[in-house]
Amino acid sequence: MRRSRKKLSARISPRSSLRMDVWLMRHLQVALASLGRLIRTPLSSLMTTLVIGIALALPAGLYLLLGNVQTLSGNWDGAASISLFLKQETSDKQARQLTSRLQNDPAINQVKLISRTEALEEFRQLSGFAGVLDSLDENPLPSLLIVEPTAQHAEPVPAEALLARLRQNSEVEFAQLDLQWVRRFHAITRIAQRGVIILASLLGLSVLLIVGNTIRLEIQNRHAEIEITKLIGGTNAFIRRPFLYNGAWYGLFGGISAWLMVTVSLLLLDNPIEQLAGLYQSGFQLSGIGFSTLLMLLGGSTLLGLAGSWIAVGRHLNEIEPS
Amino acid sequence: MIHFDNVTKRYPGGHEGLSNVSFHIEPGEMVFLTGHSGAGKSTLLKLIGLLERSTRGQVRVAGRNLTRLGRGQIPYHRREVGMIFQDHRLLYDRTVFDNVAMPLVVAGLGHIEIGRRVRAALDKVGLLSKEKNLPITLSGGEQQRVGIARAVVSKPPVVLADEPTGNLDPALSREIMSLFEQFNDVGVTLLIATHDLELISRMNRRILVLEKSRLARDSAAEVMT
Repeated sequence: MRRSRKKLSARISPRSSLRMDVWLMRHLQVALASLGRLIRTPLSSLMTTLVIGIALALPAGLYLLLGNVQTLSGNWDGAASISLFLKQETSDKQARQLTSRLQNDPAINQVKLISRTEALEEFRQLSGFAGVLDSLDENPLPSLLIVEPTAQHAEPVPAEALLARLRQNSEVEFAQLDLQWVRRFHAITRIAQRGVIILASLLGLSVLLIVGNTIRLEIQNRHAEIEITKLIGGTNAFIRRPFLYNGAWYGLFGGISAWLMVTVSLLLLDNPIEQLAGLYQSGFQLSGIGFSTLLMLLGGSTLLGLAGSWIAVGRHLNEIEPS
Repeated sequence: MIHFDNVTKRYPGGHEGLSNVSFHIEPGEMVFLTGHSGAGKSTLLKLIGLLERSTRGQVRVAGRNLTRLGRGQIPYHRREVGMIFQDHRLLYDRTVFDNVAMPLVVAGLGHIEIGRRVRAALDKVGLLSKEKNLPITLSGGEQQRVGIARAVVSKPPVVLADEPTGNLDPALSREIMSLFEQFNDVGVTLLIATHDLELISRMNRRILVLEKSRLARDSAAEVMT
């Protein structure tokens, strides 16, 4: 028995008699044939592709946005500054004295004074409340000192110490370390990052299901073909192959459409964001999908499509047996 | 070439498609299988093509014990058994050429070899001029000949036919039968199921008769005794 089986496979197994280039050629043919099949039903192929594209564009877009926000906050890290709001009764002269005193502090790199008059002037220009301000008897705004610590005092712990020390000054009404909200911001982006990962997993799963379901329908449509191929001695691998390529194509095209959607969205956002950045005196520019991210997106989506069709084919191909 | 030893096929529910059937077919024989509808002709052919497996007994084809053949080996077995059906089982969205080429594509032949063999097979059944047609544009007899070309294109040692002339008029039936005789002349073993008694009586070949799932008559045994 053993011998007869061996003889059988030696005689008619395709691998033993096939050269590698013929095998590769077959794969190329099957890949192109399944591509052709997709193109012959353009509307349904396009819809499936778009659904996959949207499912992938959401996490890809959020990932990109998060990356941009992180580079933005990266710029702030070194620039931890302490704002000192002085008491109302402090005169401009006293404020200037305090400024020069702090300038000599070895822990401080630079102090910028925004006097009450300057603050009022700026407020008058930007707020549009000029008339209201004129009717006030006195200036309601305090003087503000923006203290920029030296590099080694910008780290969280020494910055806190410096903050405590500056609070001791009698002129200071209220002192605030801006680092704090940078830290909070970092904590928030970490949560957002986790959220993007969760969202990406869920939507990746949905791509798997979309492709799986599409391939399942395709298998049903080609029921007769599968049955006849089994009748004439087609192996499961042979029958599986076009469906696997089909799933991979869906994944790849879904990935490309996701990339297009994200890129177009970025183009639409670019101008308003530039304006916003201009208002904050920042040269911030939205960065798009880089080459390596694009490769990751396309590779990942192709693998997802392949996996989805693999699941569908594994489940449904064995159900079709010739009778 | 085909050995049945006490083969029984019982379907779920207890109905027996075949009961204790034994016979041998030598290489190069051309044998007719006949009997009423439901007598078990199709079941017998399905056991040979491994569309079904026997419940009891042993089926051997071309030296292989089908009872013990694993699932993974079934496709390789089917490549050695050409099957022809009453309903042709063609793919109607593909040309005649592509239909006939299927067994060779499945076996992984290069496309030059495929073209050569497909045209030889189509020439044999007289349809070379229609290789680019879709099967639906052909007559019933022509479609059956496409099915025959597909069954023999890979030169299998065994060819099975289930009611190949079922829907054809006598003249076309004779044409199909003479095709089968030509294949038999070059050494192909044929087993043809039909209930066209008039046709097979003229052919003067071995006849197996199934009756109520049992082998009721084997003309070869009668000659010997």
